[in-house]
Amino acid sequence: MTSEKPEGRILIRFLPALTGLARRGLAGWAILIGSAIVAVVGVITVTSPWISPHDPIAINVGPILSPPSFEFPLGTNHLGQDMLSRVYCGGAIMFQVAIISMIVCLVVGVPVGLFASYAGGHIDQLASLVMDSIYAFPGLVLAIAIAAMLGPGVVNMALSIAVVYVPSYFRIVRSQVLTIKELPYVEAARMMGARRSAILFSYILPNVIASVAAVATINFADAILTAAGLTFVGLGLPVSIPDWGWDLTYGRRLLTSGAWWVITFPGIMVVLLALGFTLMGEGLSELLNPRLQK
Amino acid sequence: MLTVTNLRKYFPVEKSFLDKLLTSQKNFVRAVDDISFSMNRGDILGLVGESGSGKTTTAKLCLKLIEPTSGTILFEGVDLAKVQGEELRRFRRNMQLIFQDPTASLSPRVRAGDAIRHALLFQGVGTATERTERTKTMLERVGLKPSDSFYDRFPHQLSGGQRQRVVIARALVLNPKLVIADEPIAMVDVSVRAQILELMLELKKEFDLTYLFITHDLAMANYVCRRIAIMYLGKIVETGPKEKVFERPLHPYTSALLSSIPIPDPKAKLERMIPKGEIPSPINPPKGCRFHPRCPHAQTVCSEREPQLKESGSSHYAACFFPR
Amino acid sequence: MPLLDIQSLVVEYRTPKASVKAVDRVSLSVEKGHTLGLVGESGCGKSTLGLSIVRLVPPPGRVTSGQITLDGIDVAGCSDEEIRRVRGKRVGYIFQDPMTSLNPVKKIGDHFIEMINTHEPGISRENALKRAAETLQSLGILPERIDDFPHQFSGGMRQRVMIGLALALNPDLLIADEPTTSLDVIVEAQIIELLKHLKESLDLTLVLITHNIGIVAETADRVAVMYAGRIAELGETGDLFERPMHPYTKALLNSVPNITKKDQILSWIPGAPPDLAEPPPGCLYHPRCPFAFGRCRNEDPQLLKRNNSSVACHLYEKR
Repeated sequence: MTSEKPEGRILIRFLPALTGLARRGLAGWAILIGSAIVAVVGVITVTSPWISPHDPIAINVGPILSPPSFEFPLGTNHLGQDMLSRVYCGGAIMFQVAIISMIVCLVVGVPVGLFASYAGGHIDQLASLVMDSIYAFPGLVLAIAIAAMLGPGVVNMALSIAVVYVPSYFRIVRSQVLTIKELPYVEAARMMGARRSAILFSYILPNVIASVAAVATINFADAILTAAGLTFVGLGLPVSIPDWGWDLTYGRRLLTSGAWWVITFPGIMVVLLALGFTLMGEGLSELLNPRLQK
Repeated sequence: MLTVTNLRKYFPVEKSFLDKLLTSQKNFVRAVDDISFSMNRGDILGLVGESGSGKTTTAKLCLKLIEPTSGTILFEGVDLAKVQGEELRRFRRNMQLIFQDPTASLSPRVRAGDAIRHALLFQGVGTATERTERTKTMLERVGLKPSDSFYDRFPHQLSGGQRQRVVIARALVLNPKLVIADEPIAMVDVSVRAQILELMLELKKEFDLTYLFITHDLAMANYVCRRIAIMYLGKIVETGPKEKVFERPLHPYTSALLSSIPIPDPKAKLERMIPKGEIPSPINPPKGCRFHPRCPHAQTVCSEREPQLKESGSSHYAACFFPR
Repeated sequence: MPLLDIQSLVVEYRTPKASVKAVDRVSLSVEKGHTLGLVGESGCGKSTLGLSIVRLVPPPGRVTSGQITLDGIDVAGCSDEEIRRVRGKRVGYIFQDPMTSLNPVKKIGDHFIEMINTHEPGISRENALKRAAETLQSLGILPERIDDFPHQFSGGMRQRVMIGLALALNPDLLIADEPTTSLDVIVEAQIIELLKHLKESLDLTLVLITHNIGIVAETADRVAVMYAGRIAELGETGDLFERPMHPYTKALLNSVPNITKKDQILSWIPGAPPDLAEPPPGCLYHPRCPFAFGRCRNEDPQLLKRNNSSVACHLYEKR
């Protein structure tokens, strides 16, 4: 591993952290394997414009519905599009949607959680009521409803997913804040004459952030599945963008004609990506919990 | 400096849903029930009592962390009830609290130096450089040398005694006039306790502080305090100079406390006067003198009328109809 | 033959990061009917030692060497079946925190019944309840309260229940880990008096684990002082308090306030107990010891017998 390649240098710097994780038992391995999976999928997605043999949305680059062959390793679909290129490029949209929705969730869910639960009383009750109502809906159903209202587009899709997941962020922040705000060090901060914002951001938030990170990674996995679900039912994205969910929709229909490869490979990618994030998230919360308890 | 008059704090008792429907009677925890005392500049007063005595609640009331149900608290002539909002925020500089649990009173994500510096920051003292300088000086003053090394440490990188010192430094960096210490050494190792106490006494001289110690540890109170006030079930039952209170206690409860503490001397003769039963609930304290159901010298009048604090020797008061 | 005999006990906590000897080559014994006070500050290993006597050291802790013999039974080496028979029946244990040691959804009476049933499965519920009521009465709790739940009891009462449960099966040995730490002053005195009374009436052998020197002075026949997993000094209570040998014992005794002494000057021990993951070489106390000399920095002192006491300190070695 030469330190000439920038990737190599990054790896060297992270090596101690990686081995440290490996020693932390199952949870550490979960994080390592999960991040590895995500990294691989991420690299594929990022480099997809260069490594795709064909334009993923170009039709008729090959014979329609041809099974995996040397020329088209993952076969072609009913429009003659190359499945390999579609699998490479389909992730980009997933990532975009999931990242945007996570940002929205963080920007909305965390501050609302912080302020509402610290303030307590009616504000807290109101916020909890709103969040619990949203939480009560099955995620995909709600996302579909909102996406249908907002119309197609990456941002709209991200927004509909964000609405579904904001309550999770709110809840985890709230449960942490309720515990922390009774602790002596918050009382001490009040004794020092700290303003409410100072208390929230210097004393409460840093102790809450760890749990938020764990929830965020798990929600990311969920968001990806929901995004795939949305495009699966035809909402959210125009056909001109390569997307695994779209492939899943048509792949399902094509199964009956025996073309198993159209649904399988994109399906594997979706599952892999979700799995990767879930592993990371579960590993993170495993690791963080015992330390919190100590 | 601090004058407390007829202070009361009642906490409403949470009732179950059914109870709320069926009964309209409200029950209160009479945590602090009509106490009065005062402290002069430079005093070291020990507020001694067992659980349920109201001593911690009294501390929180004096610091205005909670509001009294009735009564007044005057700090240097200023009625605390009238201090609100921004004025209150700045007023906090005058009174500080040293907590019982050094681990829980420091945020695990804030470095030792920052925890102290924040006190100055929140009160808008000096410039950034000045604040850091003062923090480092404070760290050295409490014995955490070299200050540069301790400045960056997180609480989990410090021992219990060191954490308590950080808490003390944080409390004193604003030069408060009154410091209330709630069981400051209860959670510190035995062999290090005296060090923390000596530190607090040194700092008192250096910063001209006034201390209010809250504790259940009579031996500790005897070591550091000059005056003692004994609390039982929300009332002050005896108060006076420590020599008088501990050597010639007037109130039977004080005698009971003194006879109950274990003496670290196997040859000591223990004549225990242990009152029977346990501390009653502060929701329904006994009528008359609160201690009468457990008092070996109780008479009829004790169950009918509440004794007031009466002087019995210079500055030595007891709330008892039959002080010894 | 002593009722409890511990020889060179080593209890280690093994984690991937480090191996820590919570108890390091501890040897002590307790005669029948005697009370041993096990004294030390937090982290010295006294609780671990207590738990190892009933083989309840939580993983990753393990007894890695040494012997614990209870009235002839090899506690460390016997089978799981045997140790279960020992717990409760031969040894009663009072855990540190009475608040959390009782099952909040079980009535007090049921706690006792469960205890009795485990060791005497044939016993009828009636008889078990009767025994429980009797025990409660001897502890100063009204027998009617047998149907109450733990949260209806105060701290002191709960501790009495704990003591009752520990003694329900008439064990020979009672181990009490910080029995009064979370209690008020007067309740503490009540519990101490109760323990003393029970000691007399039941001819109980008691191991009292605490950091409170005062109660040890009052109740123990012999005292063992632990520091960093080792025994620093061991001897009769009177001797230890009057003529402490180990520098740690001396310093510890000087740091405890005695309200009967006027104008007492308390001292303290500078520094902090060693990190057992990276212990200093030689005597573990030497970095804080005012009497440390060359040998202390290199050599681990052995436990030496001096008259009726033992001390692990180079100062007492015969040249």
